Amino acid sequence: MQTIVLLTIVTALLFDFTNGFHDTANAMATSIATGALQPKVAVLISGALNLVGAFLSVTVAKTISSGLVNEAKITPVVIFCGLVGAIMWNLLTWLLGLPSSSSHALFGGLIGATWVAAGADAVKFASVINKVLIPAFTAPLVAGVVALTGTYLAYRISRRADHDAVSGGFKVGQVASASLVSLAHGTNDAQKTMGVITLLLITAGTLPPGSGPPFWVILAAGLSIALGTYLGGWRIIRTLGKRITEIETPQGFAAETTSTAVLLVSTKLGFPLSTTQVCTGSIFGAGAGKKLADVRWNLAGQMVLAWALTLPSAAIVAGVAAWTALGFPGGTVVVAVAAVAIAAGIYALSRREPIDASNVNAPVVGSALAPAVAGGVA
Amino acid sequence: MNIAWGDLGVVFLVSFGAAVGVIVLFTVGVTVLSPAQDASGGLHEVHLGVRRAVAGLCFLACALAVLYGLYLIVFKA
Repeated sequence: MQTIVLLTIVTALLFDFTNGFHDTANAMATSIATGALQPKVAVLISGALNLVGAFLSVTVAKTISSGLVNEAKITPVVIFCGLVGAIMWNLLTWLLGLPSSSSHALFGGLIGATWVAAGADAVKFASVINKVLIPAFTAPLVAGVVALTGTYLAYRISRRADHDAVSGGFKVGQVASASLVSLAHGTNDAQKTMGVITLLLITAGTLPPGSGPPFWVILAAGLSIALGTYLGGWRIIRTLGKRITEIETPQGFAAETTSTAVLLVSTKLGFPLSTTQVCTGSIFGAGAGKKLADVRWNLAGQMVLAWALTLPSAAIVAGVAAWTALGFPGGTVVVAVAAVAIAAGIYALSRREPIDASNVNAPVVGSALAPAVAGGVA
Repeated sequence: MNIAWGDLGVVFLVSFGAAVGVIVLFTVGVTVLSPAQDASGGLHEVHLGVRRAVAGLCFLACALAVLYGLYLIVFKA
């Protein structure tokens, strides 16, 4: 196998790793915030279920490798540059604690690199709109409405029961609902990397067009995302679990149940749906279902801005990378070295104000919220 | 351009039914098993045995929904 193909497979697995630690929050933030699971236990469960989930479905992997770009017009270098763009955006948003979509970053990267290398014709824009943009912007709305309704009903039905007893009951339920989100996440997100590696092997001529992912690809992708998930993106866990709203166990349960349902149904229909946007929508909905004023809507504004920027930003980084890699002798090496340097710089910045399992649930400073009251509809 | 609105509608309706259904059932189960906040709780005037049976059925239904979800993931995806 050529060096560039090997380099790109390694880069794809690194992307999968960032996808894992970027998205741990989606499944586990609400359980960590309510105390339903200890932080370290939560990431262990989530990592293990992501690995299991990787083996359970290949629907999405097939959709990605044959849907968004013209496979005949791109090369391993293009895929490498696309991945670099996606990884850079994932690291930057992780530093800022913003739960942006890893799938959008990946799609943006692939589109940007393909566009520069092979022209706009090689990008299937109708596919991009149908399979990526529209589902991704409707996903948080769907999840938000469902979680809002479920949360409202949960508080309504349980309003006369003892708060502590109800809270304890939902805490037990959260262990199951959070585990299911992780499993659904694994069935969705590990497949994006499988899709990319499969696409790579097809462009390198190792696999015939239209192939599904080989076993070693499924295993490697599952392990990468599981390891990333286990190490935990504590910065984003903190944002989703603490900064959007003070989450109580009924809200956590409602948010997780909603996310699971939306992700399973969409996976079954073969949409490459953004786990991040589904889960974030669920958490906002669960916050609003209890009491509208408790939700920090200004944070929603920041997130929507980050979401809107994700695809184009990753596309621009990947486009610049592709221009460098294809335009100069040794350009690929320059791109690889620059990417490693930027990643190291972002990691160094993150150490200035580290967030980990020990301080992920610390109170949010400057909170405009009244002290959380246990249970009950206000 | 052919937007798959039908599929999105199906995603919304099925997700809504499944998620809200499970949440309501689980809440009813937890609520009937919890002591009342005050003496006037409507649900809590019912006999304890009946409440336990209702809760059991609710949790059973939730468990079945989870199993069906797992079945969808493992065999149909």
